[in-house]
Amino acid sequence: MNFSEVFKLSSLLCKFSPDGRYLASCVQYRLIVRDVNNLQILQLYTCLDQIQYIEWSSDSLFILCAMYKRGIVQVWSLEQPDWHCKIDEGSAGLVASCWSPDGRHILNTTEFYLRITVWSLCTKSVSYIKYPKACQHGIAFTKDGRYMALAERRDCKDFISLFVCSDWQLLRHFDTETQDLSGIEWAPNGCVLAVWDTCLEYKILLYSLDGRLLSTYSAYEWSLGIKSVAWSPSSQFLAIGSYDEKVRILNHVTWKKITEFEHPATIANPKIIVYKEMEKSPRVETESLAFPPARAQASALFSTQSKYDISQVPVSLQYIKPVADRANPRIGIGMLAFSPDNCFLATKNDNIPNAIWIWDVQKLKLFVVLEQLYAVQLFQWDPRQPRLAICTGNSKVYLWSPAGCVSVQVPMEGDFQVLSLCWHSSGDSMALLTKDNFCMCYLEREEVK
Amino acid sequence: MGDWKTITVPALSSASKIPYQNTSEKKMSPSSLNMQQVLRSPLPLSKSMHSFFSAFCTEENVEQSISYLNRELTTLGFPSLYSECKDKELNVVSVLNCMNELLVLQRKNLRAQEEVEIQHLKLGSDMDHLQNCYAKVKEQLETSRREIVGLQERDRQQQCKNRNLHQLLKNEKDEVQKLQNIIASRATQYNHDMKRKEREYNKLKERLHQLVMNKKDKKIAMDVLNYVGRVDGKRGAWRTGKTEARNEEEMYKVLLGGYEQRQKQLLVENAELKKVLQQMKKEMISLLPPQKQKPKERAEDGIGPVLSDMEEDAVELNKENMWELSCETVREQLTNSIRKQWRMLKNHVEKLDNQVSRAHSGALNGSDVISREDHELETEKLELEIQQCKEMIKTQQQLLQDCYLLEERERLQEEWKLFREQKKNFERERRSFTEAAIRLGLERKAFEEDRGAWLKQQFLSMTSDHKNSEHVKSQSAYSGSSDPDNQLMNFRSRQKKPHCLPSVPPSEELCQTIQHIPHNSNLSVVLNKTTEDSKPKQWKGLNKAETE
Repeated sequence: MNFSEVFKLSSLLCKFSPDGRYLASCVQYRLIVRDVNNLQILQLYTCLDQIQYIEWSSDSLFILCAMYKRGIVQVWSLEQPDWHCKIDEGSAGLVASCWSPDGRHILNTTEFYLRITVWSLCTKSVSYIKYPKACQHGIAFTKDGRYMALAERRDCKDFISLFVCSDWQLLRHFDTETQDLSGIEWAPNGCVLAVWDTCLEYKILLYSLDGRLLSTYSAYEWSLGIKSVAWSPSSQFLAIGSYDEKVRILNHVTWKKITEFEHPATIANPKIIVYKEMEKSPRVETESLAFPPARAQASALFSTQSKYDISQVPVSLQYIKPVADRANPRIGIGMLAFSPDNCFLATKNDNIPNAIWIWDVQKLKLFVVLEQLYAVQLFQWDPRQPRLAICTGNSKVYLWSPAGCVSVQVPMEGDFQVLSLCWHSSGDSMALLTKDNFCMCYLEREEVK
Repeated sequence: MGDWKTITVPALSSASKIPYQNTSEKKMSPSSLNMQQVLRSPLPLSKSMHSFFSAFCTEENVEQSISYLNRELTTLGFPSLYSECKDKELNVVSVLNCMNELLVLQRKNLRAQEEVEIQHLKLGSDMDHLQNCYAKVKEQLETSRREIVGLQERDRQQQCKNRNLHQLLKNEKDEVQKLQNIIASRATQYNHDMKRKEREYNKLKERLHQLVMNKKDKKIAMDVLNYVGRVDGKRGAWRTGKTEARNEEEMYKVLLGGYEQRQKQLLVENAELKKVLQQMKKEMISLLPPQKQKPKERAEDGIGPVLSDMEEDAVELNKENMWELSCETVREQLTNSIRKQWRMLKNHVEKLDNQVSRAHSGALNGSDVISREDHELETEKLELEIQQCKEMIKTQQQLLQDCYLLEERERLQEEWKLFREQKKNFERERRSFTEAAIRLGLERKAFEEDRGAWLKQQFLSMTSDHKNSEHVKSQSAYSGSSDPDNQLMNFRSRQKKPHCLPSVPPSEELCQTIQHIPHNSNLSVVLNKTTEDSKPKQWKGLNKAETE
């Protein structure tokens, strides 16, 4: 594993281009585009205000930079650095901004979710979509980029509008039987749309592309419901993580539950491998210590090494029972992700924040549990193979694959608290992001297969 | 005997006088008085008895005492003491009889008394015992009564508690129900409130929207250097009905594509499952006894006249290409037939199980016993066979081993023979070589001598040659030709050995002779061959000889 230098970063805004050639990062109001292999600065753009969001267009030719405070979106071109585009929402304000799948339209969500403005970079046309739903995942594009599903709310009722992305024609408009829609997501095959309700009610609805309701699933009543949802890459399974610390898997043929995964605090099954991160104090060679000590040496001295040990079953994990009378409690399954080959499902139970559970999808059984020293911040699967990268807010990055797991210390001077990471589309490298910096980590092909 | 009356009696000494007084009261006897005295007095009984005996009858009152005794005895039923003929004469016999009778009676009475006393004691102890038992039983009764009372009390308390708990449970259930109702009502209330607030919020949004639209803010604009071309390079098209229709079509195409894919997958799965079922059916049929093949046909017939045209295909359907059809009836047929086979198999297995269990329990059922015997015979036969086979295998193995050994030995013997032959040949050769070498040595010596002589002659002839050189020549020629056969032979042999020089080392000579000799002797042919290819063997032999 090779680590690059540290570069400045702000607001964890660091994204790879879809074609994998460039890396865009933000420092305050500057947008820096680097080459992925040698991290040389290719382009440097200056925006009008502090950038809050960046996104690459699908053909990797344009980048949009959204500045919510000023209500401005600036678009930059890689081919022509002189080309500029500024979209000003003015008094309408700006809450969210994203590209359309063809890379030529920008969808701005104005303040108070008043409307969604569709700006076209090809023509002078502007479209408005009224009554968008004020929720986080209100817009969903199919994987092939042909259709867009938009959640709307009119007269205290939820609706879904399906648009054709090529000409923004409204294809279907139907109401949903939800109390308060909280998210929508397309299946990877683009034929089924999953719509789930607020956490106060466990309900998930499955609609076909032409607007027909295929099935409804509700596991229980009254208690807090769905927290996270993930489709398997083959569209065969839909994993639903809920506040009762369980993940339920629905199959795509009957849309009925085929199994549920529990996340108890004690693991007793001897067939499950539990990796526990242990600290090991570094060996200090007193002869080679110089005075005054060099900076690198000092940080190496005080940084704690860690490694994974296999714990003997039964293992009891650290269970946190949060305060019961607060909204949005940190309980239940907060993170869910399928591996790209559809073999594994990684989950995180917010009641046990230090552990990641990896399930074998073929056998529908728990496979591995990773117990970290600190709370897991983020995990992400390698886009090409079943390899999971994890960061827990300390200066290490952890990798798991079916062959084993490894804990890698990021060899940087000073503090390098990894808060987030993102994989390159080839799976050969990833970017590790901290509050103020980022660095690239290049993985060799033979390592950690 | 008399009434015992407590009358104080004067002293014994005056007993003689008293009898008169005593006899006036006939009912009383002096004996009785004395008896009482005896009984009251603390004197030992034996003495008193003696005194008593003497006290009753003295010498003076014999007649009275006799008459008294007689009276008493007769009243008791004994015969009279007096003789029959004469009065006042004592019948000694009857007296003795009476005495004996009285003794017997006395003894009987004593025995009876003893018995009575014993019984009395027994009864007394029985009574005590019964009293004790009675007391104990009374106690037990008391305690059990007390216990009963206590238990009853406890039972009552438990009943009370039970009732209380039931009540509590009911209360809790009611509360739960109430809370659920509350939750439901609160949920509706909450929804209602939410809706109200949302309506208000929508109104605000509308208002805001109006304001925003009305302001005609010049700021809301897009400022772009130049418009970018579309991704696919074409121009944007107008949105018409045709495009709408096309979009619909596209959408349905996508959906249909998804469904087709899924259907393909399901078909493949179905085909596999049908194959598996077919296999299972075949295996099941093979397991069962080959009687009931007909039910299969019957099952197909049983489906009804609807399949009259399918019946012809029914036979076909049971063959290998059944899975190409995927209609409902085919599926039903397959599942029905498999179920039937499975039931038959189950019955068969159950029957076997029963047989086995019956055999274990030892019940004598004709067919079972026979089958068991058969089974045992079979097993014995098989075991025998196995034994025989094993033995055969063993013997064969041994034979093979022996064979191998024999083979090895034969080969070894052959080799030995060869070796010995070769050794002999080698010896012969060696001998011939040595002879040849000796001969050669001799010949050489002779040759040397001849040469020496010839040289001398030459020298001599040369020195004296001026005179008669012709002579020398002729002589030399002559010497060349007139030499004895030896020299000629030498010359010839010299010719034969063209490059043979006197200073040739002997080994080389020997080799050369060896090489040349092949022309003459066939032995050396053999020798050559043997030297070439028997060297290893010979070495081997030598080695062997060395090792041995």
